[in-house]
Amino acid sequence: MIGLQILVDGFAISALYALGAMGFTLIFGVSGVLNLSHGALMVMAAVAAWAASSQFGLGSYAGAGIGILCGLAAALVTYFAIVAPIERSKAIPREEKEIFVLTGTLLWGIMIQELVAYFFTDNPKTVLPIVEGVIEIAGVRTPKNEIFTAVICWIVIGLLWVFVNKARAGKVLLAASMNPRGVTLLGHDMSRIYVAVWAIYGLLAGIAGVLLGMFLGVSSYSVGPLTASAFSIVVLGGLGSVTGSLIAAYVVGYLETATAYLISPAYRVIPALLLLVAVMYLRPQGLLGRR
Amino acid sequence: MSETVRVVARHAPIRRTLPVLLAAGLMLSGPARAADPIKIGVIAEAQSVAGSAIPKAVQLAADEINAQGGVDGRQIQVVTYDDKSSASDAVRAFQRAVSEDKVNLVIASYISEVVLALMPWSARLKTPMITPGAASNEISVAVHKDYARNRYTFHGYLTSHALAQSVCDSAKDALVGLLKAKSAAIMSEDAAWTRPLDAAYEECLPKAGLKVVEHVRFSPDTGDFTPIYNKIEAAKPDLIVTGIAHVGVQPTVQWQNQQVPIAMTGISGQATSSAFWANTNGGTQGVLFDAIAVPGVAMTEKTNAFTDAYIKRFGGAPSYAGYMAYDAMHYAADAVKRAGSTDADKLVDALEKTDWLGTVGRIQFYGKDETFTHSIKYGQGFVTGLLAQWQAGKQVAIWPAAVANGTLILPPAVKPAVQ
Repeated sequence: MIGLQILVDGFAISALYALGAMGFTLIFGVSGVLNLSHGALMVMAAVAAWAASSQFGLGSYAGAGIGILCGLAAALVTYFAIVAPIERSKAIPREEKEIFVLTGTLLWGIMIQELVAYFFTDNPKTVLPIVEGVIEIAGVRTPKNEIFTAVICWIVIGLLWVFVNKARAGKVLLAASMNPRGVTLLGHDMSRIYVAVWAIYGLLAGIAGVLLGMFLGVSSYSVGPLTASAFSIVVLGGLGSVTGSLIAAYVVGYLETATAYLISPAYRVIPALLLLVAVMYLRPQGLLGRR
Repeated sequence: MSETVRVVARHAPIRRTLPVLLAAGLMLSGPARAADPIKIGVIAEAQSVAGSAIPKAVQLAADEINAQGGVDGRQIQVVTYDDKSSASDAVRAFQRAVSEDKVNLVIASYISEVVLALMPWSARLKTPMITPGAASNEISVAVHKDYARNRYTFHGYLTSHALAQSVCDSAKDALVGLLKAKSAAIMSEDAAWTRPLDAAYEECLPKAGLKVVEHVRFSPDTGDFTPIYNKIEAAKPDLIVTGIAHVGVQPTVQWQNQQVPIAMTGISGQATSSAFWANTNGGTQGVLFDAIAVPGVAMTEKTNAFTDAYIKRFGGAPSYAGYMAYDAMHYAADAVKRAGSTDADKLVDALEKTDWLGTVGRIQFYGKDETFTHSIKYGQGFVTGLLAQWQAGKQVAIWPAAVANGTLILPPAVKPAVQ
């Protein structure tokens, strides 16, 4: 019985983790950027969806749509206003650009966090769910919203897979994440690829943020933990590996759920962090990392 | 230069400036002119719903006092500081308030950890401090244990012990019979204020006829409450008794979404806020919570006038800390008037003799010999709190009978008790 509960419960939360982390890893793979404002973008999308649906009474579908668009817009602003200027800057030495991007996105994330807290208070908010009610899965009372979350996550993950592996533009993205120089030699403009990958990332972060808002709720305090969880999933899966992130998300999601059920909810995140430390020692490139 | 010459050279300017310094000192310590404002420092959490009401409510009270001509002709001036929910920011603000802004009294914070960090500074800098929202027993117990040092701190809100008592009293009178409840599960966040709360729950719930069958303490950053509810449901309690303030929206929404078939009552700090319905998208329907006041319920003749004035000026209704902060400003001004001075020790003596009809009840402080020294008195005739329930977007009072403006409804997933 408890095993079944862990199975059902862990599935949705893991799918959500996967969606949140995949965009993060995609950007790293293609452009080498670790975006530390990741959590802030997710929170912003969720809060926008909450404000649109609950404060302005636009309903759950319009709210979700506005939230996702807000995530997309915020990701593009992050790229054009923070990341691109640092990468283009001649004043910053090449070898220090990575640390500047890290600092820049971290500060940008804090700015978004403070703005959300200023305008909407730091109280948590839940986005109006699209589906309500519960159903019994083999005796486990499961909210329909949880199933909805898992289904949407998997549809989006599937679409991403099809795009990257079948569509021409997607194949260019995949190639760019493997060998940027080679792609440039084939005549593709890297800056356009960057914009495309940030747009995809924005959509993924927006969808993940809105679903998280419906499932668990978010507040400005969630910014740090969300960035940290995406970061550790991506490191565990191997930086830049989309499949690795997917597997790592399920490992972390199930490990956390099992801990919460079998040991205590208070220790939920500890085993996953211990696993991360162990992976750092034994396999620094992560589960499926290439570098 | 020889040693003697150097010493003389160092002393000469001091000798010359000494009279000036003395004169300045005399002027500073001389009797305050009638027009000198009384300065009140407010250190609070501007970004949280509970904390942001503190400076607003204090300002509202100060404006009322000033409109009546101030205290003995002295106007009240409020200086506010945002501590961003951080104890170290609050300590810096306290130091600045006393040394730079020369405040006479500080009204500070709804977070116990923050108030506990400020207590030594209130003692060191000999500046009276009132907290309008922190609950931990440790605050007033520390005053009791080291009265000579800590007497500058006043606990202007119910202690965790009194809050638990209020939960047990209201559950006994209003819930046990109607819900046919015989057992309860305690569900609290791990924080300074819930340790004494849980200890008091363990003691008073059985006395109220509720056997404690499960006790869950969880980390305040818990995201998913599904395992917690499953664990609680497995113990088959008739009631869930909460001790939550840092969390609130997530457990409430999940309780509703998962249709946990157990009524929830107890302390839920966020549920006292009027924004809670919107923040949970109505997930709070049927949630019971103990509070010191809710909009529209007159605990005393002053309650509604304050709530209305607050809503008119700031939009939303005040949080619980808003009520206590408004009262704190009023009884502090009353104490200054009775002391005839803003001298810290005289002010402390006057505050100890407070007998003020506030917005939530009659306010007096426990004395030096009682365990919870300088905490406001709990009980009939003083502050009792009330039990309220969220019903279709409104907070409805259902206990005590004297202030009730509605009756208990069953939460959506709770089945009526079998006879």
